[in-house]
Amino acid sequence: MSTDYVILAANEASEHRTLIISLFTAFVLATLGITVWAGRQTKDAADFYAGGRQFSGFQNGLAISGDYMSAASFLGIAGAIALSGYDGFLYSIGFLVAWLIALLLVAEPLRNSGRYTMGDVLAYRMRQRPVRTAAGVSTIVVSIFYLLAQMAGAGILVSLLLGITSEAGKILIVALVGVLMIMYVSIGGMKGTTWVQMVKAVLLMFGAALLTFLVLLKFNFNISDLLGTAAANSGKGDAFLEPGLKYGISEMSKIDFISLGIALVLGTAGLPHILIRFYTVPTAQAARKSVLWAIGLIGAFYLMTLALGFGAAALMSPKEITDSNPAGNTAAPLLALHLGGVDSTWGAILLASISAVAFATILAVVAGLTLASSSSFAHDIYANVIKRGQATEKQEMKAARWSTVFIGIVSIGLGALARDLNVAGLVALAFAVAASANLPTILYSLFWKRFTTQGALWSIYGGLIAAVGLVLFSPVVSGAPTAMFPDVDFHWFPLSNPGIISIPVGFLLGWLGTILSKEEPDKGKYAELEVRSLTGTGAH
Amino acid sequence: MADSPPLETPHTRVPSTEEYAQVQESEEFGELRRSYRSFAFPLTIAFITWYLLYVLLSSYAGGFMGAKVVGNINVALVLGVLQFVSTFLIAWWYARTAAAKLDPKAEAIKTRMEGGA
Repeated sequence: MSTDYVILAANEASEHRTLIISLFTAFVLATLGITVWAGRQTKDAADFYAGGRQFSGFQNGLAISGDYMSAASFLGIAGAIALSGYDGFLYSIGFLVAWLIALLLVAEPLRNSGRYTMGDVLAYRMRQRPVRTAAGVSTIVVSIFYLLAQMAGAGILVSLLLGITSEAGKILIVALVGVLMIMYVSIGGMKGTTWVQMVKAVLLMFGAALLTFLVLLKFNFNISDLLGTAAANSGKGDAFLEPGLKYGISEMSKIDFISLGIALVLGTAGLPHILIRFYTVPTAQAARKSVLWAIGLIGAFYLMTLALGFGAAALMSPKEITDSNPAGNTAAPLLALHLGGVDSTWGAILLASISAVAFATILAVVAGLTLASSSSFAHDIYANVIKRGQATEKQEMKAARWSTVFIGIVSIGLGALARDLNVAGLVALAFAVAASANLPTILYSLFWKRFTTQGALWSIYGGLIAAVGLVLFSPVVSGAPTAMFPDVDFHWFPLSNPGIISIPVGFLLGWLGTILSKEEPDKGKYAELEVRSLTGTGAH
Repeated sequence: MADSPPLETPHTRVPSTEEYAQVQESEEFGELRRSYRSFAFPLTIAFITWYLLYVLLSSYAGGFMGAKVVGNINVALVLGVLQFVSTFLIAWWYARTAAAKLDPKAEAIKTRMEGGA
């Protein structure tokens, strides 16, 4: 029975390939149109980096949701719930609660005191060149890890949906994603990227809402019935609805889960591609409003993934889901097919629409990530380190456009190499680095009078090295069947997520570096930063 | 949106470092900093604790989390949804407090410093 479904699903997918491709082409053409339009409006650096700071709180909230809800959220969480039940839901909670840190501690002070990048705030009262360099390195590392996961995800998704299985085909998909993101960012800058993210957020919310409605309709809006059917159908019974199916296996996996939970909740407010979005609105109040909208939209979306995941578990057999993709990443598109009716036009249209939405999701997120890394390269490293703050606006924008092309090409290369690797660890790693290297430095910079340049360097590099180093020697990279390199084993760190160690290390080193520094903190600059961050005086 | 005038209006004055230092020492700014920190810091500790409690319960209190509340809806699901509810409520509460208590104070300082009065 289940195998029949898979064959049917595969037939549907290839028969209606034309439909998927046309919907996808429509999205690409529409967004390229927006990009060209936005490119004409992009005249100075504030336009390129910050979209002219003229977006409203609501627009930015929508764009933040579009930037944040990656393919990992839409496909990954729905799939994780479909296969591991309740444990998949745990991700959603961490991803959402994290926004309170951004709202309460980071968004408004950052908007008031920075200009274009995370480095603006970190280097505000420090020696510019070393801190800018560190901020640039950390921004690029976090963004590239995140980017690789998205690109590899795009390859997997498209090859499944379009039936492309050849290696050359997968590389072609990764290259296509890369070329599109280079065009969005280098031509449209922050304005183009923001509009692409807004369009994607609307499509994604509609897509998820439609599927949720159809799932609930199938169960007459009886949630208990939906959960019961999912539990029974999963073959795991009540355990499917309880925590522990995935993470409760051993003492170590429980600690791993706590580590992941900490990294998720502390990572968001340190993700550079999220932070630069706060510069696109005119005031701190608008930044606050954008986070409120983002919390509402993202929260609603994650509640819907619950219906999608349990709906997929209730309507399909676990084997059908894993046959299509072992990690469950295609559970949501398969669910669309089932809800519309396997072997019906309506089912094919739903499948094609949801697949196109998933692809739009990936494109919008990679554009945001590319923009964050090229902004940081051009503004922090080129303009302030190499040119020592003497670059003209024209030179800086040119550097930003060229670094977009450069980062895009590097990502295509790495993405092509990483296309078959296990990518789940990469997103969690990006969150862990953001929480270990960026968040401590941001919080100390904004709120701790005594914090010094040495403290900032120790927390950035210390947190970065601790997080990346521990992952390198973890089961994510070697020594496990699901590792990136399953055939070798050089792991000695037992957890897949380094957060529980590397985040305290980042905070501790920031403190230690400060109390051990010989230099005095710049009191005048801190007065400026503190007054500015809380009142908006002198904000750009 | 794109055609609106640039933000930095020409009459905005850039305050000097001494002025920033003076304002930082002032009673008025001290009051703003106190209001902000005494609201945001304890609340941050509170929601992180509540979240960690949830994570720990998920890991170590399987029996409790699995207890049925209504039909197939168990404690784990209720607590998970409560995390969503508390996040929405805290966000709303902060926005209200900031608009009522923090914004007027911040605005007064900013207007004075940039106007040079």
